[in-house]
Amino acid sequence: MAGPGGGSSDVQWCFSQVKGAIDDDVAEADIISTVEFNHTGELLATGDKGGRVVIFQQEPESKNQPQCRGEYNVYSTFQSHEPEFDYLKSLEIEEKINKIRWLPQKNAAQFLLSTNDKTIKLWKISERDKRPEGYNLKEEDGRYRDPNTVTALRVPIFRPMDLMVEASPRRVFANAHTYHINSIAVNSDYETYLSADDLRINLWHLEITDRSFNIVDIKPANMEELTEVITAAEFHPNQCNTFVYSSSKGTIRMCDMRASALCDKHAKMFEEPEDPNNRSFFSEIISSISDVKFSHSGRYMMTRDYLSVKIWDLNMETRPVETYQVHEYLRSKLCSLYENDCIFDKFECCWNGNDSVVMTGSYNNFFRMFDRGYRQDVTLEASRENSKPRSVLKPRKVSTGGKRKKDEISVDSLDFNKKILHTAWHPLDNIIAVATTNNLYIFQEKLN
Amino acid sequence: MIGGMEGGVDAQSLISISLMKIHNSRTQRGGIKLHKNLLVSYVLRNARQVYIKEKYAEIYRMQQYEEVMTVCNEIQELNPLDLDAEEADEEERSRGEESSVCGAALQRGAAQPAALCRTGSAVSGCCPLEDVGKDPEPSYYRSCCMEAPPAAPCDPFTGSGGAHCNKTTVLDLDTHVVTTVENGFLHQDCCCAPTGQSAAKKRKVEFGCCVSDLDDVPDFTRKRAKREDCSFSDYTDTSNISNLISIFGSGFSGLLSRQADLEQICSKQALASLGAWTRAIVAF
Repeated sequence: MAGPGGGSSDVQWCFSQVKGAIDDDVAEADIISTVEFNHTGELLATGDKGGRVVIFQQEPESKNQPQCRGEYNVYSTFQSHEPEFDYLKSLEIEEKINKIRWLPQKNAAQFLLSTNDKTIKLWKISERDKRPEGYNLKEEDGRYRDPNTVTALRVPIFRPMDLMVEASPRRVFANAHTYHINSIAVNSDYETYLSADDLRINLWHLEITDRSFNIVDIKPANMEELTEVITAAEFHPNQCNTFVYSSSKGTIRMCDMRASALCDKHAKMFEEPEDPNNRSFFSEIISSISDVKFSHSGRYMMTRDYLSVKIWDLNMETRPVETYQVHEYLRSKLCSLYENDCIFDKFECCWNGNDSVVMTGSYNNFFRMFDRGYRQDVTLEASRENSKPRSVLKPRKVSTGGKRKKDEISVDSLDFNKKILHTAWHPLDNIIAVATTNNLYIFQEKLN
Repeated sequence: MIGGMEGGVDAQSLISISLMKIHNSRTQRGGIKLHKNLLVSYVLRNARQVYIKEKYAEIYRMQQYEEVMTVCNEIQELNPLDLDAEEADEEERSRGEESSVCGAALQRGAAQPAALCRTGSAVSGCCPLEDVGKDPEPSYYRSCCMEAPPAAPCDPFTGSGGAHCNKTTVLDLDTHVVTTVENGFLHQDCCCAPTGQSAAKKRKVEFGCCVSDLDDVPDFTRKRAKREDCSFSDYTDTSNISNLISIFGSGFSGLLSRQADLEQICSKQALASLGAWTRAIVAF
């Protein structure tokens, strides 16, 4: 059955790979907390609650099977962050990776930024496939030779070796955030980046670690008057002076760094008035924005709140141009979702390469795609049952009315422990990475 | 309208769930999550708004019923033979009017909230005990609601800007009741009944409650009187209810027991009206 993707309504999605443990018993450290493709799509990085980063690399397309895009295999694994303890405040700092952002490639090495609640690190991932041999003063195993035994001199030469991928921390950007970092975003100038916590946004230079500039500060003089926090922030893809940040009140503020050093005063504020008919105890929670993403073109931005995805035209602040309901059937379940804390889940969203389709996650390992052009949407499931190679994913449906049709799932049967919070779309191809609790699924467009 | 989304969403249980979440967040790994706690505080504010509105509505309904009964009794005294049959009808009619009158009364914000501070009134000369035999409910309410308490216990701080009250809001793990302790004194004023029960049953519950509390009440009142001069006229401020609601209008500020606001204290009394003091945890 046709589904949205790539601007055409004919795209079918098939299972490609799944990474991670098969056990039902999930170790907390293995819970995936972020997923990100690099700028070419060749590399796919994941971060987890245990502070580890795993990078997958796409194999080059084989000439034997031109129909099948290359598989992603583990390229590098390293421990990015460790748990720390703030002795002054008697607080433990979690090692969970909140965000990974790739830098565009400038030379042979790859660079990425990874952050936990307090500290951002710049990692260099480089390949080593040669090693020097023939030192005069050292043996091959590294031990120093007795100088008296050196009778002749030779020039060391490089010999090929098995490929080794090394990750090394090149910069550590620490001590700039009192509250928990929720976002990092690289500027289009490729020299600066921002980091945002609940109340402040800081601007860094990639080369300078001992200084950052505070560009947004919404902390009230009296904390008792706190009404909203920053939930996400992102730089514009082309305009290096523009960035946006979303709030827990459902507003998005766009700021221009040319206007002033401190961007507390926004250039534009995007907000849709609340529908009074939908007012409930939980209105404030479900209107809190969990993710904001610019389109690749820079003309639109997308926001995700608990029940919907909204597309905003940057030229219109009064309301979104498109609104897609992700799982409206949960509106009547908000009380239970509040009790089991699911209402606080922060779903992310992403654009496809040409901004024609958007994708976001839901519960029961469902994820949703919305084709903006064809006004179609589809619900797919990431599960081991559908994981035969190149098997086409069947669209799923949640029954909301009284009568449940065959193959439909009733709302009460949904597993709220199986949630897809993080998804990523290859920047150029129809390849998507979908993270369930501790597994990473890769799906590809079916090619004939 | 808040509360209309999920059938049977109980404001009080939401309050206790929210307080538990805030409490648990203190021991969570990684420190207190500001965003989550802010959102929980909004739910708490919304639930308390609904709870207080319901409480006031209940009080006014009972107030109106009591007034009608008084009128009926007076009429009955005039002509006891003729009006027995009509009384039943009048009661029903008055009950029907209660809700509309109650609604109007809420808008007026009249002096009816004196019912909340009934503690003083129970001592002030009416004898609920003696009335048990005859007609417990109306006489109780007459004593409770019609007589102005000489020392309204809920506003010892008005006019003094009393910043020296030491308030702790606690959550009873057994009954999920939120209670306020001020300077070590428990607010167990139980003039207001829990919602959902029939009117007659409610009054019996309260009456029992009052009887058990009578021993405590005189001491309580004495201690209250000791502290400050209460100005009862302040208590009849017509903007009571709107102030109560607006307390929680500014995020965290409504949750913290900062100023000694007359209305805020009365709202806490409303919440504490269900009594029960067994094990409790300090929520804030």
